Amino acid sequence: MSTATETQRKAPAGERVADWADGRLGIYGLAKANMRKIFPDHWSFMLGEICLYSFIIIILTGVYLTLFFNPSMNEVVYHGSYEPMNGIRMSAAYASTLDISFDVRGGLLVRQIHHWAAIIFLAGMFVHMFRVFFTGAYRKPREINWLFGFLLFVLGMFTGFTGYSLPDDLLSGTGVRFTQGAILSMPIVGTYISMFLFGGEFPGTDIISRFYSIHILLLPGIMLGLVVGHLILVFFHKHTQFAGPGKTNKNVVGMPLLPVYMAKAGGFFFLVFGFIAILSAVATINPIWALGPYRPDQVSTGAQPDWYMGFAEGFVRVMPGWEINLWGHTLVLGVLIPLVLFGVVLGALALYPFIESWITGDKREHHILDRPRNAPTRTGLGVAWVTIYFVMLIGGGNDIWATHFHLSLNAISWFVRIAFFVGPVLAFVVTRRICLGLQRRDKEKVLHGRESGTIKRLPHGEFVEIHEPLSPGQLHTLTAHEQYKPVEIGPTVDENGVERKPSALQKLRARLSKSYYGEDNQIAKPTAEEYKEITSGHGHH
Amino acid sequence: MSSQQIPEENLPEVQDTAHGAVEGAGDPFADPGLPAHRPRIQDIDERAARRSERAVAFMFTLSMLATIGFIASYVIFPVDKIVYIWPLGHVSALNFSLGMTLGLALFLIGAGAVHWARTLMSDVEVADDRHAIEATPEVKAKVMADFAAGAKESAIGRRKLIRNTMFGALALVPLSGVVLLRDLGPLPEKKLRKTLWAKGKQLVNMNTMEPLRPEDVVVGSLTFAMPEGLEEDAHDFQTQIAKAALMIIRIEPDNIKDKREREWAHEGIVAFSKICTHVGCPISLYEQQTHHVLCPCHQSTFDLSDGARVIFGPAGHALPQLRIGVNSEGNLEALGDFEEPVGPAFWERG
Repeated sequence: MSTATETQRKAPAGERVADWADGRLGIYGLAKANMRKIFPDHWSFMLGEICLYSFIIIILTGVYLTLFFNPSMNEVVYHGSYEPMNGIRMSAAYASTLDISFDVRGGLLVRQIHHWAAIIFLAGMFVHMFRVFFTGAYRKPREINWLFGFLLFVLGMFTGFTGYSLPDDLLSGTGVRFTQGAILSMPIVGTYISMFLFGGEFPGTDIISRFYSIHILLLPGIMLGLVVGHLILVFFHKHTQFAGPGKTNKNVVGMPLLPVYMAKAGGFFFLVFGFIAILSAVATINPIWALGPYRPDQVSTGAQPDWYMGFAEGFVRVMPGWEINLWGHTLVLGVLIPLVLFGVVLGALALYPFIESWITGDKREHHILDRPRNAPTRTGLGVAWVTIYFVMLIGGGNDIWATHFHLSLNAISWFVRIAFFVGPVLAFVVTRRICLGLQRRDKEKVLHGRESGTIKRLPHGEFVEIHEPLSPGQLHTLTAHEQYKPVEIGPTVDENGVERKPSALQKLRARLSKSYYGEDNQIAKPTAEEYKEITSGHGHH
Repeated sequence: MSSQQIPEENLPEVQDTAHGAVEGAGDPFADPGLPAHRPRIQDIDERAARRSERAVAFMFTLSMLATIGFIASYVIFPVDKIVYIWPLGHVSALNFSLGMTLGLALFLIGAGAVHWARTLMSDVEVADDRHAIEATPEVKAKVMADFAAGAKESAIGRRKLIRNTMFGALALVPLSGVVLLRDLGPLPEKKLRKTLWAKGKQLVNMNTMEPLRPEDVVVGSLTFAMPEGLEEDAHDFQTQIAKAALMIIRIEPDNIKDKREREWAHEGIVAFSKICTHVGCPISLYEQQTHHVLCPCHQSTFDLSDGARVIFGPAGHALPQLRIGVNSEGNLEALGDFEEPVGPAFWERG
């Protein structure tokens, strides 16, 4: 006992604080597992970090904004620093946003950082999600983390929407009106939900304060929980890595959290924050003062939502205005179908990992990432999804496309309608062919070496390019991917000679499996025999 | 600087390749194991390392200066000072200087830290083992046994009455929360069907706030109107104008293709709801030659000379028309409310 107290007395202050905390929180156990935790290095692994840091920036700046913002729809007459709005009737929410922009020193900067960070947050999540998708990182054991990330993306969209609606300016109010119109299209419950959400008829006097509590409390609260869960799972699962020499499904190769990633990731937070601050100094985002306060009978032309809502906007714009009137009721398909498609398109993304694992029947853990080319069907499907997304972004900005490129609005709308069906199919086919081509190229490289660019003239006058053999590490990297065999339905007659009828589901699965891993859908990896035969003795190439 | 200049003892020892298991030596594609670490210039040349140190410290120092610059900008620039900065144009001096200094102060901390990590911290790659996430069969068996014991001791399986009533109670209790939401808003009733328009209400020009007279409305012009008695400072102005806003145009009566439209007009002056039947944006673009109006939100286009039917875009039905006439004072007046709900369609619209 006495020796223990003696060493404690001698310990430096930092260690004594750590001892104190360890006695209460058990931090040494946590630190042992995590302080030197290994993280692999790849540029694409920092995309998620951009999301995390922009989320933190949004929370920091958001708290500051709440100190000045007044989420009230009370009508006031503006008397402030912004001359053009003097004497104009507006809501207190809009007036306080003008005050933040023109009277609070630095308020405009914080508002701009908040909005830019939100846009980058959503863009970062989109790109991060597709990094995860195209490399198959969502496979077991990470399906739940995929869902967490998916929820963060969807909630991020709605947090963004409720946030940019708060200033109650003419543009965002138009977006809220659109939302109310979409809610009204829901059969049976639409009018009730609208009345309850708005506290009566549109716009009423409640929606800003309700959006406020949703925007600053409800959604970010859920998101914060999801972010923490997402990170805990990243630590728990350990990061995925690309195949390479020394990298296996049973290890993780990289550098330790302390000090390398403390410095790199911690530093990256400051890089992201600094970048967004400079962006906010030089590029104006959402100049609400130029738009004026919201009035339901006024509108500006060229109205656009923030980019992440653009694809929903696209569905609404290009959908034909179908309405069915029967038995005294109206089914507003022209708005309802876009609303449903919005959910279906997003939902497909959430479900994909489960669909793929059902098709492959693969229940093993995967920690080695796929190169997109080595999973042509998945890559094709992903590109098809992205194609739908971007086609709809074009649809959502059809007026902007029309005015900036001098195109016919009708033609753009028709293009989008057709491209919604044709685009993803084309994208799928083309992407898959490109993937297969790249697989062939990898095989070629493994068997015949890398094109060196050096041209040699043979004694008889022929010119040949010298191919350099790959290093053992490169050979391994290019052949490390797994190739599945398509699932077979199995014999239709069992061992007792009784005929067995495969269920429709089994047949579907076999067909899908064939389209993923059938002969024409992946290029067989080079075998050691092929390699040896080509490299032994012949000396050609 | 090439490696020949580096004294032998400064070179790192060659790393063993034992990390990755080398499977089957005969396989040309077998994993050769982790490659040997290649030293950076800073690992072997102390002068280079010192240069890196100075670079990092320089960035951190600049960051400090930028923060001082931030505070100085905050004090120096008035909030309303506008300056011209190429190529941005006229910008707020305060916003620009605060953003740039804050951005630099932050960015330089990040750049310094990353440079430090990349040049001076060890970049030796090491391998950590992964452990199976699934529990071992023994652990699983223990958990299952524990759970079975707990469940048995609770008797939840045997005493079904307790179990069922508990599920019932737990299922019902959230209903209180749902009921509490009832007062979020009123029931729809007929609210979406009625507007402020009624027989005898005069049409007020929204620009002049004066009652509209037929002679004010000329062919080719688009006028917005609202019902008399609606004041901009009324507490429900926004809600009322969201339904009552009108578009007034004049068309030569012979050019009106729709029979009912002609009947509901006054000498070719027609009044249509300004609220788009798609999702409720106010329609504001008028093409005077064709009498088409376009909603700028989603580009629904209506032909005001033909009962405001939809000729393009996502709207599902025509704009409602308001029946108008002229009162004894010679002002335009409504002859009733709209006969159908204005704005977006909904389930009960019929």
